[in-house]
Amino acid sequence: MKPRISVHKFSSCDGCQLAFINAGEALLELATLVDIVHFAEAGPVDPDAPVDIAFVEGSISTQDEALRIRRLRETTRYLISLGACATAGGLQALRNFNARGVEDWSHAVYARPEFIESLDTATAIARHVKVDLELWGCPVSTRQVFAAIRRLLYGALPFVDNEKVCQECKRRGITCTLVTRGIPCLGPVTRTGCGALCPAFGRDCYGCFGPGENPNAAAMARRFQGLGLLPEEINRRFHFINSHAPDFLEEGLAWREDRP
Amino acid sequence: MPRDGTGPAPVIPNPIQIKYYGNSSAPACYAPDMDSETRFLPRTDADQLLERLRVSGFPRILGPVARDGSLVFSPIHQWSQLPAGIRDMQTPGTYRLHRHADPLCFAWANGPQALKPLTFAGRELLWRAERHHETAAPVFEHAEDTPEPTAVLGIRACDLAALALQEKHFTHGRFPDPFFGRRRRSLFLIAVHCSHPASTCFCASTGDGPTVTRGHDLVLAELDEGYLISAGSRGGRRLLKDMALPPATAAQVQWAERASARATAAQMRHLPGRHLKQPIHDRLEARHWSRVGERCLSCGNCTAVCPTCFCHMELDEPALSGHRTEHLRQWSSCFNAEHSYMGHFLVRSDTRLRYRQWLTHKLAGWHEQYGRSGCVGCGRCITWCPVGIDITAEVAALLAEEIHAQPS
Repeated sequence: MKPRISVHKFSSCDGCQLAFINAGEALLELATLVDIVHFAEAGPVDPDAPVDIAFVEGSISTQDEALRIRRLRETTRYLISLGACATAGGLQALRNFNARGVEDWSHAVYARPEFIESLDTATAIARHVKVDLELWGCPVSTRQVFAAIRRLLYGALPFVDNEKVCQECKRRGITCTLVTRGIPCLGPVTRTGCGALCPAFGRDCYGCFGPGENPNAAAMARRFQGLGLLPEEINRRFHFINSHAPDFLEEGLAWREDRP
Repeated sequence: MPRDGTGPAPVIPNPIQIKYYGNSSAPACYAPDMDSETRFLPRTDADQLLERLRVSGFPRILGPVARDGSLVFSPIHQWSQLPAGIRDMQTPGTYRLHRHADPLCFAWANGPQALKPLTFAGRELLWRAERHHETAAPVFEHAEDTPEPTAVLGIRACDLAALALQEKHFTHGRFPDPFFGRRRRSLFLIAVHCSHPASTCFCASTGDGPTVTRGHDLVLAELDEGYLISAGSRGGRRLLKDMALPPATAAQVQWAERASARATAAQMRHLPGRHLKQPIHDRLEARHWSRVGERCLSCGNCTAVCPTCFCHMELDEPALSGHRTEHLRQWSSCFNAEHSYMGHFLVRSDTRLRYRQWLTHKLAGWHEQYGRSGCVGCGRCITWCPVGIDITAEVAALLAEEIHAQPS
């Protein structure tokens, strides 16, 4: 019997699921290796079916999602969280910094805010259930996701990139944007996996793959200060896509003017 | 907090209080090898050298080109692609190019890379394997790259010294690396005597520059009116002979010698000796390692730009089908966790230990492995460190610490 996989969406933009859909022919090949039993964006719908691997995109931001992720955990052998929302809460976790966040934005955005049911916070999957593997990125790539599946099919531990973006820059011969132009690149504290996409186009890394292993966010922030960034700007460098990854959360808070 | 953002600066002792280690460590000022074979190539005729390289079997010529704010080695077809009038301004953590109104093409120190990526690729295929369609047994196939003969124009004495060290690592011993070896043999090296060291340069103190003395096929000294050119190998002599250039005048040779002496005298940084193994090993428990650890990002830029660092990792990229796989090698770093991972624990779990590993291996361990220090004084680790950590300042601060009793 082929292993069964599923792809689940929580609070997210759906972009990480494109790692499957944009794979093209490789997605057809994947379908010969595994049974894709639930993947609403691509067709099959059976959210409660027991599976060997469940891929989870998105953060937990409603009561319904908090219940649904616990149900999913019970029917899943390996649970893999995909992307910044699932691993660190994502962009929407910025609302966690404002105690009145949900009330404020739901009134600002919706004509009938009374229909919005939301938790006060948007949080990572691992804050709710045991996660077996986290694939970081905003979004994750086909290469990351399919490499993890391949390893699991072999019965081997997936390999997770955790070195810094700088090393990919240097391997690719990309000139350092921070050193040559003095722009606040987060590459030296950010996990590789994107192929150094932004520096390859001459812009500074904004940390969408989250903190790398052993990041020295404090020294990075001091360097940004030396480049002329104001405390608020330094705070925003860290509190962006992965604001609730612990290393970025702590460093961003250290530069908040209104820090308690 | 200092506005330069590099954190608390190390305490640098007065240079005259620094003890010199080893007996051959006085900064060297070589007389350029400007013998009777030195020829003169007028600037207006410089394309002749590129043409001669092409007819001599080097269809691919790499030279320094100003791109994306730094000098990078790229294919060139004519002399006018070289960075005329370009100067580099380098300080810890900063690199900027400026344009001057003069024709000099080599009036700069270096860019982020020179020869290392040409011989030791950032990422490369070593072998692939495929399951046999009937027996399912794996069938292995070596990656066989045939590098195109390539002439490299504009490399420096420090780059050649680094290449010699990498050759020791990769091609000596019982198992020479075929990938490195093939690419090394495909290169024809046209060096340039360094005339404009950056503030980060300290090759005079390591004994590796600024004047080219060995490892080159041809070497140029740049004058306003053109180039003094002499050979350092049989291939270089043959090519020079074919060019039938006039001999350099005594005045030109004297001018080039003075430029080399000035380039030595202009260097602002130095290491306090070429044999630092014992004084560094005596200080493995020094407090200074922790102070560096607080500033270091553990990002590995220093190891990536270091022309002698050779650490790499190997990885497999199996196709989704599971029937084919590729085995790759890519640059890695002693600042990565995986570098010291064994048996489910990290030998060097924090930055203090990783920086200490890098520095002690580079300046101490290499003496045992390769008969000399692993530093050629190019200063790249200083310039390209995002937070401007300066190896010469860190060594000086470290050696200024008293020797502590080693914990048993």
